[in-house]
Amino acid sequence: MMPEPNALEVEDLVMHFGPVRAVDGVSLTIPKGRVTALVGESGSGKSTVGRCVVRLVEPTAGVVRIAGTDVTHLSRRQLRPHRSAVSIVFQDPAASLDPRMLVGEVVAEPLRLSGTRVPRRDREARVATELERVGLRAEVARRYPHELSGGQRQRVSIARALISEPRLLIADEPTSALDVSVQASVLNLLADLQRDIGFACLFITHDLSAVEYLADDIAVMYLGQLVEKGSRERIFARPAHPYTQALLSAAPVADPVRQRQRQLVLLGDDLPSALDPPSGCRFRTRCPLAFDRCATEVPAQVAIGDGMAACHLVRPDGTGPDVRTADTSEVLS
Amino acid sequence: MTTVERAGAAAAVDTPVLEIRDLSVSFPTETGTVSAVDGVSLDLASGEIVGMVGESGCGKSVTAMSIAGLLPASARITGSVRLDGTELVGTRESVLRRVRGKEIAYIFQEPMTSLNPVLTVGRQIGEVLQVHERMTRRAARARAVELLTLVGIPSAAQRVDTYPHQLSGGMRQRVMIAMAVACGPKVLVADEPTTALDVTVQAGILQVLRDLRDRLGTSILIITHDLGVIADIADRVVVMYAGRVVERAPVNDLFAHPYHRYTAGLLSASPTPGRHAGTDRLQEIPGLVPVLSTQPDACTFADRCPAADAGCRDSAPPLEVARAGGTDHLAACWHPCPSPRSQIEEVNR
Repeated sequence: MMPEPNALEVEDLVMHFGPVRAVDGVSLTIPKGRVTALVGESGSGKSTVGRCVVRLVEPTAGVVRIAGTDVTHLSRRQLRPHRSAVSIVFQDPAASLDPRMLVGEVVAEPLRLSGTRVPRRDREARVATELERVGLRAEVARRYPHELSGGQRQRVSIARALISEPRLLIADEPTSALDVSVQASVLNLLADLQRDIGFACLFITHDLSAVEYLADDIAVMYLGQLVEKGSRERIFARPAHPYTQALLSAAPVADPVRQRQRQLVLLGDDLPSALDPPSGCRFRTRCPLAFDRCATEVPAQVAIGDGMAACHLVRPDGTGPDVRTADTSEVLS
Repeated sequence: MTTVERAGAAAAVDTPVLEIRDLSVSFPTETGTVSAVDGVSLDLASGEIVGMVGESGCGKSVTAMSIAGLLPASARITGSVRLDGTELVGTRESVLRRVRGKEIAYIFQEPMTSLNPVLTVGRQIGEVLQVHERMTRRAARARAVELLTLVGIPSAAQRVDTYPHQLSGGMRQRVMIAMAVACGPKVLVADEPTTALDVTVQAGILQVLRDLRDRLGTSILIITHDLGVIADIADRVVVMYAGRVVERAPVNDLFAHPYHRYTAGLLSASPTPGRHAGTDRLQEIPGLVPVLSTQPDACTFADRCPAADAGCRDSAPPLEVARAGGTDHLAACWHPCPSPRSQIEEVNR
């Protein structure tokens, strides 16, 4: 029997918008039923990766395979049968739900667009089931999005994303626009649905606490490229790349005693321009450990378990300095 | 209730710079009055950083705006805001204008919308100094360079002539802070100053605020929905819910043992290190923050509270000392959480 294909394979993905090199060679695999978080600062290109995967934009180069099918350059018509395999949930549900459509129409739209004729009564029943699955009452189908709260709207967009039974869900900052208590319920919902339905998920976010809660694997992006990949346990316990270390140290922990004992790594505010990224290692302009070689040579990816880190200071066995504790003078000598 | 307030104030180092007493704000709208803030009292001591936390619509920004009279004229404000003993509520606009920017300064969430896009950052910082300190344009520009250096902007002498759009989000927020502290204000009100920024940039901005407090002794009221930011920077915390202060405590006490059920709910709703969906569930707070036309004589959190009973819906709990022995931890709850968080979490596991 053929092994089940990976939910998502991205190979050497490049997306340039004119001179802006938003994504510059990203490779990523999500096995069936796993949750991979793609983290990075604004401007790192993480949302563009998500948009390439759902083919909202056609990549400049590289390959995107969804459940084994290469969808990179399919035409809109050719793409249609594969559309149901992948769905996306955006950050701001107020902007991603059509204000003139009833919630029921919004949720049913993927069924209508898939081309398979579903009788109206069946469609309504499926919408009701889907709404109940995301914790809303079936009557919500007859409301307009503006009548709902932010958390309810985000539940509607999750229902819309899941009605086509996708193998892969792209969740682009799904909780960033929500309040803490609502965020908790949406994160719980995503975790429950993922466990029950078993879809794979690319969880795009800058919120590291949500990543630790939801993700199985983590990919860290900086200025259009991946700098580190690994399991959640490994990345949180032993981050290898200085950028990952700095990112983890910068995210405040909601515990004043622990937070005030932590070593803070300050990076400076300026993410370099994606028009003209730094030579060699792109992180070198902000890296506290950068040395001569970082400017001249692009760091190779060092394998760490199933993952990798792209840094000259990471040794072949996966160990290396930690910017949170390292004495920088020692590394430089 | 008044005696309780006094006890809290006495614990502070000296007389507070800012005293807010029984502040209430309501707005007339097309669909009736909306009560945004109800009876908020709060002290800010010299050199103290107080964090105000709550979800959208809890009244934290309205409280902040009302301090220096920034609310629209339609707002109905009662109560008292005193800066070094001088009453600000109901004061003439000409008096407030002298206070704003000089004694009390603000920074807001989105620096791009707060900065003037057609003026260089040097001119904008200089403007404050020309108005309040009667500096010449040249002297103001020189001072602007010093201020940009103070807030950690590299090569400030060049950056002083750039326009806001040429700077990154973090740099723009630093410019806002430079402008805010230009006249050495006693009080800095920072309303979600890092919400629009990345964590790496946020860490730098919080560091600048801490520096200002340490070096200039500025008192800071920081408003945020992010408990991580509170844990990082605040000395004391005020938790707001539906326009009221529901809990007030030194930062370590609040996180170790929240007494109000809402505070406890907020703390267990946020994902914290080591928690994963496979083994752990985030605590949800069902329901929504109510929008109130009049403030009822009841606990406004009762409808969402796991511990609420009929009594909670019959009378509003006063903000009073929550712990035997400590007078600086206050909560407004009829059924405060009996045990510290560490014990609660053990039980849940």
